[in-house]
This record gives sequence, C-alpha cells and structure tokens, in this order.
Amino acid sequence: MHYNMFSKLSVSLALVGAIFLSVPTYAQDHDHHEDSHALEANETHDHPATDEGYDIKAQIKETIDHHLADSYDFTITEGVSFPLPVILLDEGLKIFSSSKFHHGESVAEVDGNFYVLHHSKVYKTDASGHLTMDEHHHPTNVMPLDLSITKNVFMILVMAIFMFFLFKGAAKAYQSGQTPKKAGRFLEPLIIYVRDEIAIPNIGEKHYKKYMSYLLTVFFFIWFMNLAGMTPLGINVTGNITITFSLALITFLITQISGNKHYWMHIFWMPGVPVVLKPVMAIIELIGLFVKPFSLMIRLYANMLAGHVVLMSIIGLIFVFGSWLISPAFFGLTLVLSLLELLVAALQAYIFTMLTALYFGSAVEEHDHH
Amino acid sequence: MEIPEIVGAGLIVIGAGLGIGRIGGSAMEAIARQPEATAKIQTAMLIAAALIEGIGFAALFAK
Repeated sequence: MHYNMFSKLSVSLALVGAIFLSVPTYAQDHDHHEDSHALEANETHDHPATDEGYDIKAQIKETIDHHLADSYDFTITEGVSFPLPVILLDEGLKIFSSSKFHHGESVAEVDGNFYVLHHSKVYKTDASGHLTMDEHHHPTNVMPLDLSITKNVFMILVMAIFMFFLFKGAAKAYQSGQTPKKAGRFLEPLIIYVRDEIAIPNIGEKHYKKYMSYLLTVFFFIWFMNLAGMTPLGINVTGNITITFSLALITFLITQISGNKHYWMHIFWMPGVPVVLKPVMAIIELIGLFVKPFSLMIRLYANMLAGHVVLMSIIGLIFVFGSWLISPAFFGLTLVLSLLELLVAALQAYIFTMLTALYFGSAVEEHDHH
Repeated sequence: MEIPEIVGAGLIVIGAGLGIGRIGGSAMEAIARQPEATAKIQTAMLIAAALIEGIGFAALFAK
C-alpha cells in the first residue's frame, strides 16, 4: 500500500465527479414516463379518480416513479425539501434556483426568458407557460441544454467529497507507519481485496498498477452509491442509465486506449482460425467490443432499478391491502429483501470492477507462450 | 394469432433462470469435490452468472 496510490485515487475520484457534473441525468426519467400513465401531483387533482382502489395504486406508482426519477430539488421527506441550482445554456448561461418552478407548478422567469417543468424536464416557453404537444403528447417546445445540479449530480458531489476525505484520511496514516488507522482499518482489507483478488489475477502482475486507481474508484463509487440508495432519502444514482453509461464509457475508453497489438490482432485477424473464417470472426469481435460495455451499463442499471422497484412495490402493498393482519408479512419481506439488496449493492460493485479488470486484462495481455 | 411480447419476456426469464441455476448447481458440485478451489470457482461462477444476467435483462425491455 503506497501513499502514491491513494493520491492517484483521489485525483481520479475528482475527475469522475467532474465528468458526471457535465452529464444531465434525466434520461431515465424520460424512459419511464414515455409509456406509463404516471400522474403528476397536479394532474391527480385535476382528474380525481372515481375508484378508491385505483387511486391508491396510482399514488403508489407516482411515488415509485418520483423516487426513481432525477429531480431538481432534494426531497428529504414528504414536504421537507431544498431546491438545487438549475443551470441552462440558452443564449448564455442562465443560473437560477429550482425553487422558481415551485415543484413544477409555476413558470420561472429568468432575464426575460420563461421556462417550465414538464415531467421533470425543462422546456422553454412564453409567459403563460404554454406547451405545444405533438400527437404523442410530447412537448415540441425548445429544450435548452441542461447542465443543472440535479439530485443525482448533487449526491455524486457529496459522495465524491465524502470519499475524498475518507481516503485521504486513510492514506495519511501510512506516512507515520505501516499500521492503518481510523478509516484505514476498515478500508485496507477492501483495497487489498480489490488488488489481490480482482486486479492481479485478471490484469497480471506486470500491468495491474496503473489500473488500480480506476478500479478502486469504480468499486467504492458504485458500492457507496448503492448503499446510499438503501437510505430512505430517495437516492437512485446507480439506477440511472446515464450514470451507468458514463461508467461503462470510461471503462470502454480505457480498454481501447490500453489495447496492445495482440488485442487488436485478436479482434481484426484472429490467429489460429482458417482464413475464410477470419473476416467473420472480425465482425463478431467488433460487435463484442461494444456489447461488453453495453452489458456493463445495463447490468448495473437494471439491477439497482429492479431492486428499488421491488422494495417500494412491496411497501406499497401494505397500503393496497390496508390490513393489520397482513402488514407484518410485507414488513418482514421488505426487511429480508433489504438485506438481500445490501448484498446486491456489494455484489454489483464487485462484478462491475471484476469485469472491468477482465477487459483491461484482455487489452494488455501478452502472448509470449505462443 | 398474435403472441404478446410479454410471453417472450417470460421465455427469456425462464432461460436465464435455468442457465444461472445450472451454473450455481455445477459450482456447488465443483466446490464439494475440491473445497480448496472455492475462491476460484466462485469467481468464475459470478462472472458466468453476470453474463447470463445481462441477457436476462433483455426481458425488461418488453412492454
């Protein structure tokens, strides 16, 4: 364990944070609302449901959708929330507080431009807040380039700062001696595990060192973010496909950049197969090149999203049945599934890091034994 | 007769479930035979299961 490794980790941590900062994280919300008939809070008031059973189900669905989606303010609990800055690139930089939207109920005016929230997305509009809809009920209004500090971006920044000080503190202890102190006592076995069980077996003794900073960063970032998702704050960072896309993209780029000539030869001119098969193999290998990071992205995203949906749906069932007799059963089920989710949180971080190391290993592998 | 897409999603889940089940079963047999290789077998098992799981998620995209 060298101090150097930790400082590299901090730097790459800050880098990842900075990359995410520039990524607007509302893509998942778009998917979610497209074919669902989820009701926004104000729409529910406009069309009161006739059937009480339908009403509670719609409310649960709305709560789940709200929990999964990224938003412009940070809701701690029902009614307690604080606004986050909205940053738009629209004829110059427009920065204002999301409190101007009043949770999507009013039109925000900034320097003579008007913006309105529709399904958690910002659209440019006129003073009356009018949105022109196409036949699919999607607004045709202009969407300004959104660089807002949304809930997810905010959480990533908080986590980046938390991890920076955690690891800096752990690293400092090694300057005075070889024994880990404070957080280092907890982190050292994990870091050694990533090095000895993930990096060295997959990448190899010779090359593993330069990838350690990235592997440790993704491992702890995904793990801590998954754990943060288990808190009742409604954080769903790793269950957002934009975030997992960014992580998979970084893995993809590092793999391609560090690929040696054997790696590229195995893709375009596979040794050891008949010449007629070589072009066919090249096509398959080329597809595989993109399928690998794609599966990384989908795996993490779908696992975390499914975990959240299942947990919240089971909690919702308590309200659907509304019975004292059956509620303890759902409570117990939620408890057991939460414990399972804690395992999944660590397992997904492990698998993402593991496969990343595997891809790095295939890129730098040397074929001396041939 | 038109088969709904959700049937395909069900087939994917059955296939993925069988696949992961086989991996888990075989890994347990392997560990029982060679307990000293547990760590290596578990790693290989997790990777294989993760790859199948990736296909299983295709079921999520059924409407």
